This record gives sequence, C-alpha cells and structure tokens, in this order.
Amino acid sequence: MNRRLLFLLPLATLALMAGFFAWSLLAGRDPASIGSVLVGREAPRLDVKPLREGEPPLTDALLHTGKPVIVNFFASWCTPCLAEHPLFTRLATREGAVIIGVAWKNKPADALAWLKRLGDPYKFAGADLDGRAGLDWGLSGVPETYLVDGQGIVRRHFRGPLTERDVTETILPFLKGAK
Amino acid sequence: MVAELGHFSLILALAVALVQGTLPLVGASRGDIRLMDLGRTAALTQALLVIVAFAALTQAYVASDFSVANVVANSHSAKPLLYKISGVWGNHEGSMLLWALILALFGAAVAVFGAGLPDSLRARVLAIQALIGVGFLAFLLFTSNPFERVWPPPADGNGLNPLLQDPGLAFHPPLLYLGYVGFSVTYAFAIAALLEGRVDAAWARWVRPWTLAAWCFLTLGIALGSWWAYYILGWGGFWFWDPVENASLMPWLAGTALLHSAIVVEKRDALKSWTVLLAILAFSLSLLGTFLVRSGVLTSVHAFAQDPARGMYILGFLLFVTGGGLALYAWRAPQLQGGGLFQPLSREGALILNNLLLCTLAATVLLGTLYPLFLDLLTGNKVSVGPPFFNATFVPICAPLFAALCVGPYLGWKRAEIWPALRHLRVAFVVAVIAAIVAATAIDGRSTLAALAFGFGVWLIVGSLGEFAQRLVRTGYKLPPRASLGMTIAHAAMGVVVLGAVGTGAWNSELIRTMKPGDRASFAGFDFKLDRVENLQGPNYVAERATLAVSVAGKPYTILSPERRVFTVQRRQVAETAIHTNLLRDLYATLGEGEAANGWVIRLYYNPLAPWIWLGAALAALGGFVSLSDRRLRIGAPRGSKKAGRPMAQAAE
Repeated sequence: MNRRLLFLLPLATLALMAGFFAWSLLAGRDPASIGSVLVGREAPRLDVKPLREGEPPLTDALLHTGKPVIVNFFASWCTPCLAEHPLFTRLATREGAVIIGVAWKNKPADALAWLKRLGDPYKFAGADLDGRAGLDWGLSGVPETYLVDGQGIVRRHFRGPLTERDVTETILPFLKGAK
Repeated sequence: MVAELGHFSLILALAVALVQGTLPLVGASRGDIRLMDLGRTAALTQALLVIVAFAALTQAYVASDFSVANVVANSHSAKPLLYKISGVWGNHEGSMLLWALILALFGAAVAVFGAGLPDSLRARVLAIQALIGVGFLAFLLFTSNPFERVWPPPADGNGLNPLLQDPGLAFHPPLLYLGYVGFSVTYAFAIAALLEGRVDAAWARWVRPWTLAAWCFLTLGIALGSWWAYYILGWGGFWFWDPVENASLMPWLAGTALLHSAIVVEKRDALKSWTVLLAILAFSLSLLGTFLVRSGVLTSVHAFAQDPARGMYILGFLLFVTGGGLALYAWRAPQLQGGGLFQPLSREGALILNNLLLCTLAATVLLGTLYPLFLDLLTGNKVSVGPPFFNATFVPICAPLFAALCVGPYLGWKRAEIWPALRHLRVAFVVAVIAAIVAATAIDGRSTLAALAFGFGVWLIVGSLGEFAQRLVRTGYKLPPRASLGMTIAHAAMGVVVLGAVGTGAWNSELIRTMKPGDRASFAGFDFKLDRVENLQGPNYVAERATLAVSVAGKPYTILSPERRVFTVQRRQVAETAIHTNLLRDLYATLGEGEAANGWVIRLYYNPLAPWIWLGAALAALGGFVSLSDRRLRIGAPRGSKKAGRPMAQAAE
C-alpha cells in the first residue's frame, strides 16, 4: 500500500502547483508589482525643505490633520511624471484634494520651472535634493504616490504613474472617506 | 482568400486530430487492425493540413497582407524578408501555430518511421500525440485565431518586437519548439506503454531516438537563446536565471536524465516505472514552461506574450496532459515489474546517481523559479530569486555529477569495482588537478571556486577522451559504435561548456567609460580610441554607430562598431554589441546613451573562453546526432517483436 502512495506523489505535487497557479491567475496578481511594506502603517517621517521660497518646511504635522492627503514624489526629468501630472491638476482643482509634492533628486529651479510650465497642483511642495526623504519613504524611483489618511496611516502606495483608473477606482473613494 | 484557406485547413486538422485521437485507441483495445491503421493515415493528413495553414500564414506575412489582424500587429512592410518570415512565430498566435505544426510533423514522423513498431503501440502513440494536438488546435481556433481579419485594412503594420529582429532569435523558437514538442513523442510512448501495461527493452529502444532528437534540438535552442541574450542584451552575461531560461532548462535536465535511464531499461530491464515517469515529466515541464511564459504568472523578458485569460486555458491543458499522465502512472506503474538486479556500485548504480543528481538540479530550478510566486501568494512578501540562489544550490550539485560522469563509462553492468575504474582515470585526475592549480595561480586567482570548476571542466574533457582512447587501444583501433562515440563527444562537450562558463562568469573584466570622439581608454592589454559616432539609417530603424579603433602596443588590431538602434515604428531601443572573437576570448563593446556634448557611455568587456559555451553546446548536440545516426537505433527493434507484441498487449488490457 505504501508503494502505491509513492506513485501518487507526482500527481499530488502537480495538484499543489496547479492550485497555486490557479490562485495566482484568479487573484489577478501582478508579478511585476514589488509591493510596499508601508501600507497599513504609520507614514514615515516627513522632514523636507520647502520647494517654493519663503514657505515653511514640510513636517509630520501635515499628515495628521484629520483629512486625507496625497503624497507624490516627482521630478522634472521624469517622463512618466509628465504623463500623470494632469491627473493631479484635476484632483486639486475639481476635487479639492490636498496634495503634497516632493521634488526628488531634482534641482529646485528645474522643478519650479517645470511646475510653472504645467501648472502647480501641490498645496505643499518640498525639495528632496539628496533623496533622503525618498529613502525614508521606501522609494524605488519616481513617480510614486502615497495615500495617507487623516491619522497619518499609509493606505495605498502606487509605484509608477497614476492612471485614470487609479483615480476613479481608488483615489476618489479614498478622498470621500470610503476607505 | 489565402487566410481563409489556412483557417479552414486548421479546422479540418482539428477534426482529423479528433479522429486520430479516438478511433485508433478503440482499435488498439479491440484488436481491430483497420482502426489502428487509421492512425497513420490520419497523422499524415493532419500534418499536411497544418502545413497548409502554416504556409497560408507565412504567405500573409511575406506579402504583408494587412487585412489579417495578426500581420498588422506584428509585421511592417519595411521589414527585411527574414524578419517577415520569423515574424510568423514572433507572436503568440503564430508561435502556437508553430507548436501545432511541429507536433503534427512529429506525429507524421512516428507514422512514417514507426513501421517496425507493434501495431497497437503505434496506434496508441499516434492517438496520444493527436490528443495533445487537439488541445493546441482548439486553443488556436477558439482563443488565438491567427487568421482573424480586420476591415478596413490599415495602411501599414505595427512591426515586430525589435528585440526579435535578429538572426539569432529568428531560429531560436523553432529549435526550442522542436525540443519541447519532441518530448511529446516520448510522452506519448510513455502513456501508450502504461495503457499496454508493458515496458521492456524494445520499448526503451524505440523511445531513445525520439528522446535524443528532442534533446539535441532543445540543447541547440537553449544555446541559441543564451547566445542571443549574450550579444543583444549587452550585459556581457550569457545566463541570467530568468524564469523563461529556467523553464527551458528544466525539460532539458529531465530529458538528459531520461536519456540515461532509458539505457538501463534497454540493457538491463530495470528502472522501468522511473523511466516512464521521466518521459511524462520531460514533456510536462515543457508545457509548464509554455504556461509560465504565456500566462503572466511570473515576470520575464518574454512578457510580450502574456495574457492571463489564455493562462487559464493553458493551465487547464497542462492539468489535463500532466494530470492525466500522472494519474495513469499512479494507477498502472506499480504493476511494472523490474527484472535486472544489480549492486549499488555498477553501471546501473552510476546511471541512477546521474538521474538523482539531474532530477535534484531540475527540482532546484523549479523551486527557485516558483518560490517568489508561492511566497507572494502565501505571505504577500515580494522576493526575487536570482543568481546568488542558483550559484549556491545548482553549481555545487553539478560537482558530484561531473565527478561521477567520467567514472560511469568504466563501470560494468550488474556489479563493478571502483579501483580499476579510478586507475584508468589517474591521468585525467592528475591533469585536472594541475589545471585547477594553474588556473588558481597563473590565470586568475580571484576565485578558488572558479579554479576548481575549471579543473572539473578539464576533468570532463580529458576523462571522456581518455576513455575513448583506451577503448580504441583495447579494440585494436576499431571505431566504437556511433552511440558510444556520441556519448564521448557529448560528455567532453559538457567540459567545454564548463570551461566557457568559468571563463566568462568568473574571469571576465569590464570597463565602463564616458567617451567623446578622440578619447582613449586602456583595458585588458588593448588600447581603445573612439574615432567617431555617426548616425545611420537602417531598413526600419535609425542607429547611432560608434567606431572604436582597437590597437595592441601601438599596432592597429581591429575595429569594433557597436550600435544603438532605435526602431522607429515601435519607438524602442536595441543595443547591437560589437564582438571580436578569436575563439579563445571575446572582446565585447556596447554603446550606451550619450550625445556629442558630454560623450557616450561605452562599456567594454573582456570575456575569456566565452565562445566555448556555445561551441560546447553545439558539440553536445552534435554528439546527440552522431548517436542518433547509429544503425541500431535507426532500424529499431528486431522484427520478431512485432508478432509477439500484439497478443501480449491484448492480455494486458
């Protein structure tokens, strides 16, 4: 009888593997996504010099106002940032979203010129010239966008440019307090 | 019109495959010779129909018929003819059609060359082959029709993925598929044997040529893919442990194990159920590779072919073929009685060790490839498993495999003694140790492990050739049978690959420099001067080409002209590396980003022994083909077994 079980082993291994494959396919998993450890946790420290002269620096207090905020890391040298920029403009003007923009590894003059050309959707803007804040926030590149709720907890983390779908399906419900 | 003709032939082929997959099976179980013979006719008809379909699609590509959606998506009128043709299989639908074509051709080959097989076995093999064909043809027709029309036809197509517009890659998929699909024949033989309830020496002799053929093609296909990655990705490496590379390596390892275990079944009537399992696994792993590449379950360089919706179909098909095969195996294999008894220390024992190690290697690769998927699903953690894992697991398991490889041919069947065998190998051992010491002290002392691996490579070559020489002396300089000549070539070729891998992987050096025209750089004993960077206009791309004058001690040596091509239709960049080789080392240059004001990024590599990797792989395949040309294999089993086959098969039902 034991010998028979041995002959069933290959079949059992296959069943196990196929189960995982089916799970992966049905869950709509994106293998290219590298995920984020920040989601569900307290947002990292925010301590960034201001981008626009004469404004106060960005601090943690901005993340604990009781109202949801969007934190977006961008750079003037980054093409995908250009692609997602109109979405932020729309979120700021039409939805009145509070968006914190951080120019990552970007000379303030370049970032300001870029915002002047395209329009500035950021209520608060910081300059992370040496990329230190990016390190704190676990950035893998720009653009990346974090949704932080009024208590300072990160709820979503987007790597890469936002899409129309992200805005309608995730960001708008988030701003309305659905999650 | 031609596209409809192709579509129609494909539908007919499906109908024929359905007949071929059912009636001969009924015939085999009833002993009805007419139904069994139907299999041969159907196999030839099916092959003809799929050839017509494939020719129709090729015609649409060559003539740039942009009313066919597949041509629009993957071709462009400005493309060179070679890439119009290779574009046929450079996409999902077309490559599936190529699968179906090769599958049907193998079926026809069994029908033609299998005249010596017992009727019931041949009928069953052809039927199983056809059932696999049904899966692929239905997949094509219902989810991935290559003949779909668009109306109105656009003025021009989107062009082929630029990475695929390369002579190396034009032939990589067909060779790889010849290997993958070749294992479908061994699979069909295994299932047929389980249905018959009989595995014997004759069966092993019939399976062996098919396994060998598939193995040779797979070896060439993998080598070509690796060569392509070497010169087009521009990273200087030849193997990246990408999921897709792993997917092709696993069936290769299982197929190599099968080649060896089938010998034990043939000569000694032992290891039967194990050999049948390997035959099922070799093809299952080929299908698994296809699934992993196309379903989007893992990321890889082949992501262009991914579509989760198709993933479900391929998974279902994989479950049907592999699950069906393994279920039948679990049910029938315990009845297979092994005959030959042997001591652990014997030729049989050595081949079992070979099988254990090869299967461990395959399992290691499988685990490393799927681990990120398992971990992500179970815990949500993202990891990537890369070279460090495989270097720490795969490479050490190769050591005992290579050590034993040279000893095995000296061991006799049933029982053997180790000391006489080792005495024969003392020269090879001494040479290998000297080679390792020389490598560590004189060539490159950076890595002791590399020097050790170098010693192993030399051991494989000298050990295999030494065995061959001693055999020649023993038989009075009579050339041994081709099967054993092939073994010597293939075993020595492994050594050549190992030397190439050590040289390229451990002893290479690289230099990255930003250079403007007129700048000079010294590297690995060569002086490089960037003469100029100019713009070129290709048939369907624009390129920047750098001209690097290479000189040694002031004397001009060669000119390297790496290019960076931008394909205008797809707006994608592809690096064309420039390689100067003298078969002992490669001088390798790539051109990176840059502009006149700041200079261009130039990367230079010096890769010792790099060409040996592909030379060795080609040599291994040559060894396989030499073995395949052995008269004994060509003729197949003695005629007598044909008569004996039928009554016994019926008794087994």
